Amino acid sequence: MDDWRNGGFGLYVHWPFCQAKCPYCDFNSHVTSKIDQKEWVKAYLSELKRHSELVPNRVLNAIFFGGGTPSLMLPETVAAVIEEARQIWPFANDIEITLEANPGSVEAGRFAGYRDVGVNRISMGIQALNDEDLRRLGRIHTVAEAQAAFDVARNCFDRVSFDLIYARQGQTLADWQDELNRALSMAIDHLSLYQLTIEEGTAFGDRYARGKLRNLPTDDTAADMYQATQDICENHGMPAYEVSNHARIGAESRHNLIYWRYGDYVGIGPGAHGRLSLNGGRFATESIRAPGAWLKAVSKGSGDCVNSRLTAEEFSAEHLMMGMRLVEGIDMARFQQLAGHPLPQDKICDLIQLGMVSRSGSILQATDQGRAVLNAVLRELLAD
Amino acid sequence: MTDLSKIRNFSIVAHIDHGKSTLADRLIQETGTVAGRDMKAQLLDSMDIERERGITIKANTVRIDYKADDGENYVLNLIDTPGHVDFAYEVSRSMRAVEGSLLVVDSSQGVEAQTLANVYHAMEADHEIVPVLNKIDLPASDCDRVAEQIEDVIGIEATGAIQVSAKTGQGIHQTLEAIVNELPAPTGTRDAPLKAMLVDSWYDSYLGVIVLVRIIDGELKKGMRVKFMSNDTLHSVDRIGVFRPEMETIDVLGPGEMGFLTASIKQVRDTRVGDTITNDRNGTETALDGFKPAQPVVFCGLFPVDSAEFEDLRDAIDKLALNDASFTFEMETSAALGFGFRCGFLGLLHLEVVRDRIEREYNIELITTAPSVVYHVFMRDGTMVELHNPADMPDLTHVDHLEEPRIKATILVPDEYLGDVLKLCQDRRGLQEDLTYAGSRAMAVYDLPLNEVVFDFYDRLKSVTKGYASFDYQMTGYREDNLVKMSILVNDEPVDALSMMVHRDRADARGRAMVEKLKDLIPRHMFKIPIQAAIGGKVIARETLSALRKDVTAKCYGGDASRKRKLLDKQKKGKKKMRQFGKVDIPQEAFISALKMDS
Repeated sequence: MDDWRNGGFGLYVHWPFCQAKCPYCDFNSHVTSKIDQKEWVKAYLSELKRHSELVPNRVLNAIFFGGGTPSLMLPETVAAVIEEARQIWPFANDIEITLEANPGSVEAGRFAGYRDVGVNRISMGIQALNDEDLRRLGRIHTVAEAQAAFDVARNCFDRVSFDLIYARQGQTLADWQDELNRALSMAIDHLSLYQLTIEEGTAFGDRYARGKLRNLPTDDTAADMYQATQDICENHGMPAYEVSNHARIGAESRHNLIYWRYGDYVGIGPGAHGRLSLNGGRFATESIRAPGAWLKAVSKGSGDCVNSRLTAEEFSAEHLMMGMRLVEGIDMARFQQLAGHPLPQDKICDLIQLGMVSRSGSILQATDQGRAVLNAVLRELLAD
Repeated sequence: MTDLSKIRNFSIVAHIDHGKSTLADRLIQETGTVAGRDMKAQLLDSMDIERERGITIKANTVRIDYKADDGENYVLNLIDTPGHVDFAYEVSRSMRAVEGSLLVVDSSQGVEAQTLANVYHAMEADHEIVPVLNKIDLPASDCDRVAEQIEDVIGIEATGAIQVSAKTGQGIHQTLEAIVNELPAPTGTRDAPLKAMLVDSWYDSYLGVIVLVRIIDGELKKGMRVKFMSNDTLHSVDRIGVFRPEMETIDVLGPGEMGFLTASIKQVRDTRVGDTITNDRNGTETALDGFKPAQPVVFCGLFPVDSAEFEDLRDAIDKLALNDASFTFEMETSAALGFGFRCGFLGLLHLEVVRDRIEREYNIELITTAPSVVYHVFMRDGTMVELHNPADMPDLTHVDHLEEPRIKATILVPDEYLGDVLKLCQDRRGLQEDLTYAGSRAMAVYDLPLNEVVFDFYDRLKSVTKGYASFDYQMTGYREDNLVKMSILVNDEPVDALSMMVHRDRADARGRAMVEKLKDLIPRHMFKIPIQAAIGGKVIARETLSALRKDVTAKCYGGDASRKRKLLDKQKKGKKKMRQFGKVDIPQEAFISALKMDS
């Protein structure tokens, strides 16, 4: 069996535009007023065709429209991409088609349109249930607007997820517990709960470097918040299935599982990454980040700026790094198959003793405690 | 060969940064010894590190031809000596090779500790001393005040001191005239057997060992067979010459002259500085007094960061030792750091220079352990053991008492910082011997234990005085004190590279400071780590580094895989650079940082 089948096959489409740039976000997003969506459709279709020759005859498990703010796409644009993909790759019966949406009133007006062209899941970036914090996070919506948009979404879609960011400036553990309980009372089947991460090259990153980002919770408080998140969600029937993702059983994001289970994915659009199993090897692809340059490159044949064959060490490390994020863990036999050597047993024994991982047959899982310090766990497992 | 009356041999005495090298450059330039286009700053400092730090490590000479105002042609031999306290010994021996000195003082700064130390060496060598006030172009220059200070503090006549700006060239001509008119010509007998002083030597990869000589009597010629009197070895002289400052071969060196010889000598160790060189047959009967070899006073361990580079480090150390007889080394094994070398140095600067050269010229990253002095451990059976490494401290039941080396430290400092300096000296177990004033500057003389000074005393002194203090010292001998070995345990395992000798009265405070510091230096692990300081079996300080609780990437999707993998790879490499103690990774900088005392 081809290794990628352990994770499945997905398509990621990147829409690189936003109405405003959030100060914590390091994703490839740009603010511009004039976008010719027809030109973008043409480019996306061209990239899909190029990939159809690389990886033909596969069943597509999921499509994900990410960004940027994909809810700025016209339903016709989304429709054209979905239709072209369907022509190239037969859809799985249960294909999941997710679109990330900003929880504003304008976007909510397009939800029915997205549903009509095949989108069956919405992921909303609500981020906080507190207007003051939303403003600080640079979000352009209010809590009331977000709730209204969320109500529209739940009327249009069976599956709706939303994101919250915690460990925000000035936030206490009690604040977060309260907010999380309110979120769970709204939640349908899926929640993404991220600890605020200060990334270099963002407005927050600059502020942080200048010592201007005050009152961030300490590491210990953040750890307490993380643990509380695990417990509260579990009690509400939305256990963690990944470091930052919680779902009712069976409602996990199928597209994101492809990444974590290290399947294959086609990535199109500016800055999109892909992983493709070709000619007996695993290839990493990456598209040009700047939207204008990407359009131009696509018109000349390909939007890729990277297309490199990963070494066994690289793809086995990626498999481990992604897979250990999942509560279900990884199959050590699969790691050995990919890497050509087993995981270090002595390190695993140490980690078991410390309560960081557990082992059952050839399955290795991080514990709650281990997932909270996963980088340290991975450094041990990957050392030498 | 030059007539004795037309030779002047001299050195330049100065505190660091008072412009010694710049003045030397100007003298060379003014006399046309080096063509303008070949002129580069600090011509005599040949090593990168010397040039970069503005310090001189090895003695250098340059021969300058000068047509004086009296119409006669003179040969001026300048010997450029190291200025730093670590190399005090080299200074004193270089001084013995010449008859006079220029005393250079920065006219905007005044006399400093190093000025004093070096001028005393010159006086001991019976030099005629010509004071030169440098940097008169600076707005803060105050020649009258500084001349007065020279008279007060050093006790030499300075009213007629030459006023110079080595930067603009002002006063250079007068300096040259003063060298000719005020410094004595050397004495010597041409018809006597050869008697030459071996002043210094260094290794050149093309020519072998180059020996710097000063001819006292007789003549040195190419092709001669000569005898090194200290070890009775014979050598055939391949080549003789002078420095201008590039090497220039000549046929003969006569009395009073300075130059070099090569004789296919392989190792610097075969040439003893201060030795007397004479003819192999019918040589001189009486050797020069000679010098005792310099003894290393500061020891530390040098270990490669990457243990695979141990053999490279051995090569590097062997090569450096070829050229530096004062640097000693022996192999050392540390439980913490693996294989390395215990090395002895003349002082901290010497240590830093050697370490920098290994890292830079041989491209080996090093872990340097805490510098330690040489303790004398007196055993109950009456024997004495020299202790170079605290890790080797004998079992206490066999030890009667310990003695540690003491120094006499001279510190010059502007009045307003005196309080801080006195406190610093007291904190370091210093005993005040003298406190006097020279103008608005105080001169404090302290008897201090060397081990309180070797690590960061000079850094602390600079920081509490905002850089205005100057410092010099000399070793005075050994004295008994209540010294103990303090061990550091991380996660209950002793870390040998962090053990140190301390005074018992200071041990508790030192131990507390160490464990607190280590708590900040060691990254959190997945488990909690006790960090303890102990004397024998008794714990005197303890901290607990709590366990790591959060270290995970919040978002990691398809687009993040490459970047996060690379990040993890980088962290993994960082982890490899740390040293493993049991299950604890200790970053290499912790070994040095932990020992720095903040107060």
